[in-house]
Amino acid sequence: MSLTNISVDKKPEGTIFSPELAARFDKLVTLYPMKRSALIPMLLYAQDEIGYLSDAAIAEIAHRLQLTVLDVRNVLSYYSMLRTRPAGKFNVQVCTNISCMLRGGQELFEHCERQLGIGHKQTTPDGVFSLEEVECIGACSWAPAVQVNYDFHDNLTPETLDAILAEYRSKASQ
Amino acid sequence: MPTLVSHPEEVKIVSSRFGQGAAEIDRYIELGGYQAVRQAMEQGPEWIIAQMKASNLRGRGGAGFPTGMKWSFVPKQSEKPKYVLVNGDESEPGTCKDHLIFLHDPHSVIEGTIIAGLAIGAKMGFIYLRGEYRYLLTIMEKAIADAYAKGFLGKGIFGSNFDFEVVSQTGAGAYEVGEESALMESLEGKRGIPRIKPPFPAVVGLYGGPTVINNAETIATVPHIFRMGAEAYAKVGSERNGGTRLFCVSGHAERNGVYELPMGYNLKKLIYEVAGGIRGGRQLKAVVPGGSSTPVLLASEIDIGLDFDQVGQAGSMLGSGGVVVLDETVCMVEFALRTIKFYQHESCGWCIPCREGTDWLKKTLTRFHAGAGEARDIDNIRYLAENMLGRTFCPLGDAAAMPTIAFVKKFRQEFEDHLDGRPCPYAKKPANELVGV
Repeated sequence: MSLTNISVDKKPEGTIFSPELAARFDKLVTLYPMKRSALIPMLLYAQDEIGYLSDAAIAEIAHRLQLTVLDVRNVLSYYSMLRTRPAGKFNVQVCTNISCMLRGGQELFEHCERQLGIGHKQTTPDGVFSLEEVECIGACSWAPAVQVNYDFHDNLTPETLDAILAEYRSKASQ
Repeated sequence: MPTLVSHPEEVKIVSSRFGQGAAEIDRYIELGGYQAVRQAMEQGPEWIIAQMKASNLRGRGGAGFPTGMKWSFVPKQSEKPKYVLVNGDESEPGTCKDHLIFLHDPHSVIEGTIIAGLAIGAKMGFIYLRGEYRYLLTIMEKAIADAYAKGFLGKGIFGSNFDFEVVSQTGAGAYEVGEESALMESLEGKRGIPRIKPPFPAVVGLYGGPTVINNAETIATVPHIFRMGAEAYAKVGSERNGGTRLFCVSGHAERNGVYELPMGYNLKKLIYEVAGGIRGGRQLKAVVPGGSSTPVLLASEIDIGLDFDQVGQAGSMLGSGGVVVLDETVCMVEFALRTIKFYQHESCGWCIPCREGTDWLKKTLTRFHAGAGEARDIDNIRYLAENMLGRTFCPLGDAAAMPTIAFVKKFRQEFEDHLDGRPCPYAKKPANELVGV
């Protein structure tokens, strides 16, 4: 991206988001004593709708909160769940932290690499799956656990994970 | 969906409504919900704080600070609005208790938040969940909407002249945000960087106003204290450690799960009786008693009571209640490496000892585990870690250093077994694969 892109805050015309999301944003900014507090939820919901935080999405959010684009980018770069490039339709996040590691989390991640033919933070050529090795996702007593987008799958084995991936694959083709 | 476990030794207080459909407001009321807050409202702030002190409830996030005392630090008069902040950014590896609270009993969090608000004179509360818990935010938001619809939140709650608003949101992936001042930064729409203390949040917190910030389990416990009576609640636990706590057993136990047991419950009994011992009849090697940041205990050190004081005396910490069980097959160097890899990833980079220390520890341990370690590395790892202690704004640096020091101190032999070009003698993988860790 060029420097002008991040330093010039153009006033976006209308909204790039769906009417539902735009309405949600209008409400969100009123909930907090300070408008800016809505920033992280807004970034998340925008990403959910578009798939990633595009330049246009960032510009509109910045404008809605009366922040500079640079300020918004500075914040979003801090959070591991926010991304500025598209991921697969289904983002497979495999936990390999201690509790999952003790129950085969690392092996599960390597199994995914083989099954999907991609590595950490990569996307399959058909855009269906992306893969991520993640830190603890809060499912330690039900390890090993995987999150696909926001859905939790726990007590997994390579076989049960294969079945889950197959389900997502068929969902993608529908 | 996480499975619920049960054991006759359990004393179910916070978890008493798990699996009972209490996420629905009418069911929650049927099970005695929203009674405690009415009682608290009648009795007033001073009574609430006195009860909280008498309950001996200590913060469930990890530090174990007495909750009643924390609430009493908030100044009565304040020009700026006061706030209640619920920390549900549960991210400490080994910990998954708040997950169950938000899933099964979201109204207990709302009720506890209102009571905290009454106690300190706040008119607004925030419930902050970790970003990965999006499906739990949906449950929480429905619960909040239902509470508004019943008049339990909003203007003139429960027909009184007291107003109270609650907003919930998630983060977006950051362990550091679980630290109280970083959480406030995040809630203000900024990077989750810790603030210097003092001033403490009770005086200058969210939006610069006096703020009480408590762990989600702590807040969910509050209504139960009033329901049972503070003395009765205190009696369930051990000395100066009131009540029960949710212990998240993970790793190599036969029956992993979240068990609610009285404070002071014996750790050995928890592992061998409640959680059914070690899977496949293997030998126990070590236990991480309270989440990844707490120093490891040897199998010979676990005949202790699980409360803040007794685990402290044993040289570790009760922490967040994440009991990670390690059997004889675990390579402790690999385990230390995985632990430090986490802290290196999560260090926010604000304080140099933490940012550089975790990075060097990860590099050294990676090389060491692969068999390229030198004898002097062992002391160097400990030296690096010791020099991070107490030298950072927030406790993340300590959280990385403390377990590392314990791994070297207690498992030095395993480190030595990796020396002289030997790849990990405990792992299944050849050395060339280990280098890529």
